[in-house]
Amino acid sequence: MTEMITFENVCKSFGKTVILNDFNFRVMRGEKVAIIGPSGSGKSTLLRIIMALQDIDHGKVSIDGKPLWEVNHGRHLVKPTRRHLRDMRSLVGMVFQNFNLFPNLTALGNVAAAPRHVLGLSKKESEARAAALLAQVGLSEKLSNYPSTLSGGQQQRVAIARAMALEPKVMLFDEATSALDPELVGEVLGVMRDLASARDLTVLVVTHQMGVARAIADRVCFMEGGCVVEEGGPEALLSQPKNERTRAFLRAVHLA
Amino acid sequence: MALIWQYRFDLLVGLWWTLKLSMMSASLALVLSMFFGIARYSRNPAIRISASVYIEFFRGTSALAQLFWLFYVLPYMGVDLTPTQCAVLGLGLCFGAYGAEVVRACIEAVPKGQLDAAAALNFSWFQTMRIVVLPEALIMMMPLFTNLLIELIKATSLVSLITIPDLTFQAKAVITKSYSSGSVLLTTLAIYLVISLITSTVMKRIETSLSRGRIAEGVK
Ligand SMILES: Nc1ncnc2c1ncn2[C@@H]1O[C@H](COP(=O)(O)OP(=O)(O)OP(=O)(O)O)[C@@H](O)[C@H]1O
Ligand SMILES: [Mg+2]
Repeated sequence: MTEMITFENVCKSFGKTVILNDFNFRVMRGEKVAIIGPSGSGKSTLLRIIMALQDIDHGKVSIDGKPLWEVNHGRHLVKPTRRHLRDMRSLVGMVFQNFNLFPNLTALGNVAAAPRHVLGLSKKESEARAAALLAQVGLSEKLSNYPSTLSGGQQQRVAIARAMALEPKVMLFDEATSALDPELVGEVLGVMRDLASARDLTVLVVTHQMGVARAIADRVCFMEGGCVVEEGGPEALLSQPKNERTRAFLRAVHLA
Repeated sequence: MALIWQYRFDLLVGLWWTLKLSMMSASLALVLSMFFGIARYSRNPAIRISASVYIEFFRGTSALAQLFWLFYVLPYMGVDLTPTQCAVLGLGLCFGAYGAEVVRACIEAVPKGQLDAAAALNFSWFQTMRIVVLPEALIMMMPLFTNLLIELIKATSLVSLITIPDLTFQAKAVITKSYSSGSVLLTTLAIYLVISLITSTVMKRIETSLSRGRIAEGVK
């Protein structure tokens, strides 16, 4: 098994707020990892770093064995070029809490946009790919709907199809079901579970819904104070946490 | 009213000039608005700064002073422009600066999450603008552009001061010829009003057709 995502001694602060403090983290190819932790503990920041939407202060992040935030230039390490970041981003797809669909495009248009413009496929090919992906997430009937005419669950499924359209090796879900009404969580979780069944796809989900962590993950990490405090299999970590802070967090979640 | 009928051709000539100058300077202003409004978001700092300088300069100085400068001062510097060129350039530059601010504000109003989504999909800067940001910003711009366009049409009356026979110029001429101002001024006002009403109706149509099939976020 090879490492897909590696964080070595990564530090990241916003002003004086330390978000990641000498952070070390590894995810193997094909692994499904859930990250839980209190609000503000840096879970979104972690995903945004992997998606190359946010840079780091120190340390080293590698994806699929290639360094993300630095490139070799002779014997020196220099800042990554735009080109390098684009290459790295093509390995990763991301789904956001608020869907972030493009409201001026139909469901089909949203999913077809990247294959068409980024991969340079023809209009026909990119729409065929988009239609196939939308069928996979159960939205064959909604190809020509604009986002504003779709339910939250449907919008999020379009967003998942859109992220999959570039065939990433890593999929990131940032609270993908948190903005949904409870009765809509199931349909999105179902789609996420289907995706996670692909052996080669590496999946990282950030969630505060323990049901989501249980359904998707084979490893759960509890993050707090800029570090991973405790990790383990979902059953072990969620039912018998060893660390006192993990226990306190889980108690608070269950009370909520 | 007989008076208006008697001088109808004078007023029609004025109307023709007003419409023609409005069209020409609005086209120039639109191009400048888009260019400099988007340039404010360029990744190149030199482009960003030039855009700011242009916007601040033309927004901060009066349109009339700009027209006079083009008309009276440029010839001393060896640049001889026709009155029409002065008018189109002056109004275009001035309203282009206002318009650029509209474009900038509307681009800024596009939710940041969509920029993240576009970046995550590996869109380039141009693709993000063309596919994601501008289509949405455009719908937000429409009502603001309508305002500016009506302002511009009314501001064309300034060109009467640089010898162009627009509606205002002709109205003044008719008043001088006929020794009567009431009905001429009233008619002139009415004509400006009708132009504005037609403009806002047409712009509303365009706005509706742009947002067809979807409800734009934060607009409706
Ligand atoms: N661009 C930014 N500039 C300044 N501060 C930021 C920025 N992004 C995040 N932060 C701050 O960093 C901290 C961690 O944010 P992050 O979004 O990663 O937390 P989180 O674990 O995802 O929290 P939540 O569960 O609420 O989503 C927060 O205190 C946040 O206010
Ligand atoms: Mg978050």
